[in-house]
Amino acid sequence: MASATDSIKEQMKELLIPYKGERGALIPILQKTQEKLGYLPEEAVEEIAKFLHISRNQIFGVMTFYAQFRLHPTGKNVVRVCRGTACHVKGGHRILLEVEKRLGVKEGQTTPDLNYTLETVACIGACALAPTMVINEETHGEMTMKKVEELFGDASKGDHHA
Amino acid sequence: MADVTLSIDGREVKAPAGATVLEAAQQAGLYIPTLCAHPDLKPYGGCRMCITEIERLRGFPTACTTPVTAGMVVKTNTPQLQQLRRNILEFLLTEHPHPCITCHRIELCGPGDICLRHVSVSERCVTCPKNKRCELKEVARYIQLPEMTLPYSYRGLPIENKDPFYDRDYNLCILCGRCVRICDEVVGASALAFTYRGSKALVGTAFGRSLEEAGCIFCGSCIDICPTGSIVERANRWAGLADRQVVTTCPYCGVGCQLRLFIKDDKIQRVKGEPNAPANMGRLCVKGKFGLDFIQSPERLTTPLIKKDGQFVAATWEEALSLIAQKLAPYKGIDQFAAISSAKCTNEENYLMMKFARAVMGTNNVDHCARLCHSSSVTGLGAVFGSAAMTNTNQGMLQSACFLVIGSNTTATHPVIGMKVRQAVKGGAKLIVADPREIPLCRDASIWLRQRPGSDVALLTGLARAIVDQGLEDKAFIAERCEDYEAFKASLAAFDLDTVEKLTGVAKADIAAAARLYATTKPAAILYAMGITQSSHGTDNVMAVANLAMLTGNLGKPGAGVNPLRGQNNVQGSCDMGALPNVYAGYQSVADAALREKHEKAWGVSLPARPGLTLVEMFNAAYEGKIKAIYMMGENPMVSDPDIGHVEEALKKLEFFVCQDIFMNETNQFAHVILPATSFAEKGGTFTNTERRVQLVRPALPALGQARTDWEIICQLAQRLGGQGFDFAGPAQVMEEMARLTPSYGGISHARLEKEGGLQWPCPTADHPGTPILHTERFTRGKGKFTALTYRPPTELPDADYPLVLTTARSYYHYHTGTMTRKVKDLNRIVGEGMVEINPADATKLAIQDGDWVEVTSRRGQARARAAVTGATPPGVITMSFHFAEANANVLTNPALDPQAKIPEFKTCAVKVAKAAVKVPA
Repeated sequence: MASATDSIKEQMKELLIPYKGERGALIPILQKTQEKLGYLPEEAVEEIAKFLHISRNQIFGVMTFYAQFRLHPTGKNVVRVCRGTACHVKGGHRILLEVEKRLGVKEGQTTPDLNYTLETVACIGACALAPTMVINEETHGEMTMKKVEELFGDASKGDHHA
Repeated sequence: MADVTLSIDGREVKAPAGATVLEAAQQAGLYIPTLCAHPDLKPYGGCRMCITEIERLRGFPTACTTPVTAGMVVKTNTPQLQQLRRNILEFLLTEHPHPCITCHRIELCGPGDICLRHVSVSERCVTCPKNKRCELKEVARYIQLPEMTLPYSYRGLPIENKDPFYDRDYNLCILCGRCVRICDEVVGASALAFTYRGSKALVGTAFGRSLEEAGCIFCGSCIDICPTGSIVERANRWAGLADRQVVTTCPYCGVGCQLRLFIKDDKIQRVKGEPNAPANMGRLCVKGKFGLDFIQSPERLTTPLIKKDGQFVAATWEEALSLIAQKLAPYKGIDQFAAISSAKCTNEENYLMMKFARAVMGTNNVDHCARLCHSSSVTGLGAVFGSAAMTNTNQGMLQSACFLVIGSNTTATHPVIGMKVRQAVKGGAKLIVADPREIPLCRDASIWLRQRPGSDVALLTGLARAIVDQGLEDKAFIAERCEDYEAFKASLAAFDLDTVEKLTGVAKADIAAAARLYATTKPAAILYAMGITQSSHGTDNVMAVANLAMLTGNLGKPGAGVNPLRGQNNVQGSCDMGALPNVYAGYQSVADAALREKHEKAWGVSLPARPGLTLVEMFNAAYEGKIKAIYMMGENPMVSDPDIGHVEEALKKLEFFVCQDIFMNETNQFAHVILPATSFAEKGGTFTNTERRVQLVRPALPALGQARTDWEIICQLAQRLGGQGFDFAGPAQVMEEMARLTPSYGGISHARLEKEGGLQWPCPTADHPGTPILHTERFTRGKGKFTALTYRPPTELPDADYPLVLTTARSYYHYHTGTMTRKVKDLNRIVGEGMVEINPADATKLAIQDGDWVEVTSRRGQARARAAVTGATPPGVITMSFHFAEANANVLTNPALDPQAKIPEFKTCAVKVAKAAVKVPA
């Protein structure tokens, strides 16, 4: 594990070069870090705290305030099940339950093999196709149990979307 | 600023311009409900309880964020405001248990009563540790909250009880943010933050870590400021309300924090910082807040002990005192006796101890452990300024624009002053840290100069050279207020920055930058401590500090100054009281015939003229058989003095050795008689803190067992030895006598202190208000004296046999020789052993891993401890403390003395380190 920590340290050192060590740089740095590492690991936060002279706890406060920041690594594929009104009326909740069952994780979690991260969104704006879900950039409309099974039937293989 | 007149609820109120409506109301004695506002914090406007109606202002401005203006008309208690407050509070209470808050039986019900509403225990106010101290309930009462109309659910969050000292129950949190804000704004630890958002928002730490891992310093500020029971002290959590309160002075470091002790059944229940005390303004550190368990430790000495056949046997006071009197009598007037006084004891006791040595035993051999910490400040600053104390005040640090902190790990050793520095830096002040070790303040510093241990004269004079080179010196101040400048300026020739870089290891660009920052950002304060003083050229170090301050005119002004941070609670006072071999109280020289005569007349005896021996010299003399009897009060030289092996030999040679202490310790093992003394909580008197503030110590608890106060014991012993003038009714009377003889304390009396709070000396007359800042118009000696200095390396440098430098440091969680802090369980849970800090580079070379047992050897001895591999200690250097007798740096340290101050060189000596062959059991 030490090597993973060291590698994050190295990456952070490089990433922080263009920034000034001032509080105002926090959010851009967090965004850049997430872009590079996919999420905000504790080791990276430690480095940012040292660089900006602010406490880890305060950074964590900012990270958890904004929905855009992740505390955990994301899977190769991000599945977003729509929980908007139209989708809800058309059974979106059951679609979510089915995806959870197939992937074996709850919303907001990532499969242990890091293939899938399951999220929900308030509305993706494709209400005519309800119920919907988005896998990575691709939208899937008029979802049914069967379609979920087709998509995730054998979730263990995982990367048929990659 | 001029006062503003406004009307609040029909009353005409005066308030200073810039005050808020809330402050104006509170000053006028009017209540406005608040939950998030607190006098120690910046206005926040979060809880909306303090909404008001103000003529010509729209909406309902919050009193805590609205500044007063002339002619303002404010209403704070209209039906509409109360209704709005009720609505807002109801929202808060949807997440805070409140069945008791809205219950008519709240004042009637006790924790044992059966609840008629069937409310569960975890939701009842009567079973909350904050019951009857809860601000939320007070607010709810004021706005007359009836039954709740909104649905409520108990959050069911787990209680956070894995940390030392604290219990946190966030089911009771109302997110007022006081704890988060005080930790950030005032304490500077920022261990708590708001995490998550909306309905999930909670106070917490990064990644849900424990407080300890989050950087909490357990100062208890969040506990003291929490309006509900969310964060409380674990100890005595369920003990109920205290039956009395006593305000007294903290017995730990020299900051002199005022403590409010909450006492129930003669036990201290909890401790709170006194909010308006100028020394600490409500703040405490972990030792003051949680470190007082030692007072009622079962290990306290409670009866006199006499050694018979190598064993200590309990004795009566009569037996012990008559034995001591009989044994000490032969040493009267023959200079073979020495008294060791104590910086832990009160001014009155130190005065009596030095009077005892001089008037009864006829010797000037009286000293105490200030010799080991700031004697070089006394000689150095005494010579150049005429007065050897901190020039400015604790609270004044908030006015500083720049700090130079050199040789002081301020956040560990003077935590409350450390908080002030951080608070000032947060407000825009600049910080320069000069320290070989990476101390916590480095995080806050603009510039960190990492000089080699022992190269301070070179660094400080290099800074002076850079200031002169850049033409940044304060020419007017130098011309008007100082002397010997030309000689000093000429001496700078030897300190060109290339040479200084070579001597100190600090890049010359950094020196120049630090010099510029210090000289151009005014007012600038210098803070220093043991890193400067504990050296064989400690006096030179101190003078180099003084040179720098005079060069930039940073003296006699608020926020500026030369500030030696004194280590022990009363080390300033014990020096002031003349528990020193060369002076009476108030630094009146024993060699001065007129002053001696004054004391002879007052005490009715003839007094010796020759100055006595200093602490280290006493042990040397004992070793040589020239000192045969020692009377020691509240000290532990077997842990605190350099080269302990030698001290032990010396103690064994004594014909008679009396110790007076609250605990058995490493030193009094060697005593012939041990007398049980009372702790600070069981006696009256005064301590003088680092900023020269004399503050009262008030008796709070009855004496334990047969323990007697130090002043009583000294007086009883003096009388048995035929001493006159030891029949005092109490410490107040001792102070009266001392004040009569001591010009700088002349106007100080217990009665005044009781009435006015602390007084800062010099305070020569009864109507003198005390002196917050020294040297304002003129220096105590007239002109400030520049001193030309030369660089001298430490006496012992690393060589082939002993290749590493040992330097010493302190832990925030422990104090001095550990006799007090090691009795406090949770402090030892955080730091439970003395470690040897070693740089990763050296550790790799020696094949030492973190946690390995190592042996550290110097020319004087060997110590064993576990290694802590850390970059905080520079390459080539190891760091140890002297808190832990079994892993004690002082087995190794060098007793080489500064020629003037006679302070030993604790901070540098040469050692070798090796992995221990056999694992030593913990």
